[in-house]
Amino acid sequence: MFNYITRRVLLAFLVIIGVTLLTFISIYMAGDPAVLYVSERAGPEEVEEARRRLGLDRPLPEQYLSFLASLARGDLGNSMANRVPALGLVLERLPATLELTFGALIISNLIAIPIGLISAIKRGTRTDGTIMLVAMLGQSMPGFWLGIMLILFFSVTLRWFPVSGHVPVLLPILQGEFETAATNFPRALHHMVLPVITLSVFTIARNARLVRSALLEVLGQEYVTTARAKGLSERRVIITHALRNALIPIVTIVALEFGFLLSGVIVTESVFAWPGVGRLVYTAIGQRDIPVVQAAVVFFALVFVTLNLVVDILYAYLDPRIRLN
Amino acid sequence: MAQSNSTAVLNPENATNDLVALPKPPPTHIRAARSLIKQRYPLIALFILILVIVLAIFGPTIAPKDPNRQDLFARLLPPLTPDRTGVVNFPLGTDSLGRDVLSRLIYGASISLAVGVIAVSIGGTVGTLLGLIAGYFGGAIDDLIMRIADVQLAFPFILLAIMVLVVLGQGVFNLVLILGVGQWVVYARVARGQVISQREKDYVEALRAIGARDARIMFIGILPNILAPLIVIASFNVAGVILSEASLSFLGLGVPPHVPTWGSMLAESRDQLLGGKWWLAVFPGLAIMMTTLSLNIMGDWLRDFLDPRLRGNF
Repeated sequence: MFNYITRRVLLAFLVIIGVTLLTFISIYMAGDPAVLYVSERAGPEEVEEARRRLGLDRPLPEQYLSFLASLARGDLGNSMANRVPALGLVLERLPATLELTFGALIISNLIAIPIGLISAIKRGTRTDGTIMLVAMLGQSMPGFWLGIMLILFFSVTLRWFPVSGHVPVLLPILQGEFETAATNFPRALHHMVLPVITLSVFTIARNARLVRSALLEVLGQEYVTTARAKGLSERRVIITHALRNALIPIVTIVALEFGFLLSGVIVTESVFAWPGVGRLVYTAIGQRDIPVVQAAVVFFALVFVTLNLVVDILYAYLDPRIRLN
Repeated sequence: MAQSNSTAVLNPENATNDLVALPKPPPTHIRAARSLIKQRYPLIALFILILVIVLAIFGPTIAPKDPNRQDLFARLLPPLTPDRTGVVNFPLGTDSLGRDVLSRLIYGASISLAVGVIAVSIGGTVGTLLGLIAGYFGGAIDDLIMRIADVQLAFPFILLAIMVLVVLGQGVFNLVLILGVGQWVVYARVARGQVISQREKDYVEALRAIGARDARIMFIGILPNILAPLIVIASFNVAGVILSEASLSFLGLGVPPHVPTWGSMLAESRDQLLGGKWWLAVFPGLAIMMTTLSLNIMGDWLRDFLDPRLRGNF
């Protein structure tokens, strides 16, 4: 177990080095950072001055280390558009994004697991075929297109749901204003319906297929035959014996899913004008506000890597087969 | 298939079996055609893909209009709107600049498909090569390649693509390159696993015994035997890359604005949503969906046809 954890921590560390190195290099790919920093009319002396002040005249490895040092302090540079710390902007928008991601995470698993289960039990039937075809359709659609279609149909034509916008729930909770959160809740849900569907369709489709194939594999195992031979009802066999084991690979996927949802959130938030990190990135892309994009990417990366690490260790703890492999 | 040929030649045991027992199975392309006709979906998918490929190649000849010609007197026309003489000039309507949606859709096919195919070729070639090397030689080089793969896999690639494209600026070249780089890991992993399972086989031993060089054993001996799963992955992968291209174009990071692609058409449709201009969003989205769905169905079929044991692996 100790070896396993050491290996995983080391890998997480390598990933962080990789991501930060790429971020660091990308600062240079954009052109001379000193030139970007000063105003357009600045002369060569001013550029040199800025270069010295920003430490850009030092050797690159040294610059990378100081980049890491400021990263450790939570300093990811200032937004070019309004000169405030980029990381601050990201954190400010985080609660709205988390509402959306958690919503999608919960909904997608609530739907995907039963669907996959039904499909596996009815393997080879028309029900199974239809479910799998629909799942494949869900995986073949650009998520944002579904969002656009939902807006066209449910918001513009039927007027059931708002076209865009967001009512905060998580933010008031974090600030201790529970009453505001409670009064906001129904309206918040109303605003969340379409974005959450948009964000979770791909995940639902993929997880349903995964649950189905994991379950089919488990159902062929000898212990399932034993359980059946003991005279257990098919329901017991599937729920207490098969599904439990089939869900093991799904658990790891959920962690990876989170990272996937974080990237899906960028397009979803831009479709629904949802004021989260994703929309911040979208706006920053339009303004070529590189520090903000970098801050968001590095932040997402760190969250993703940490989450992955925790889940992997938890997973190895729960299932000894993993750490021995 | 490649596998039976090379083992038959190099492995005398198999060769005699082939001669004695079973009647010769029909050639691969005949079996493929039979399997396609028997199942409906893959056949429909293949038909759609051929249509898209034809549109992509002959787009400029087929498209009724110049995709960038603006007609300010015919802006935002719904599909099938007849003009004063009763002629339908724009079957799928026009966009906010009066450009023909149908023509843009046809031109878009070539960009979307080209980006998908080229990026997958880059990723597939690099990945397969690295996987072959890692699996064949093992040791330190294997560790190095697979650790890099782990690192890349431990991170949602689209985020890196966004960061790099914001910095480098948009353009077809950058887009294809970054999407290609994003794909190598899956090929490397699968190729490596397959090579390891082939490395100890008799035919590899035989090649070694006749003094073949490593490169010859890898490319002429092993590679044909491990192609099946890689081809299956590539088919799913083209679909994935087309979706990524659409997302990046939607974010304004794809090809430059005047180049019509399905993703950028969707991005432009966003502004016309509230006005209910549905045709701007429906048609490019359908085009993307039909293409990726067909690729995924074909991938499924290919997997079952080439090697049913792969079912459930991807």
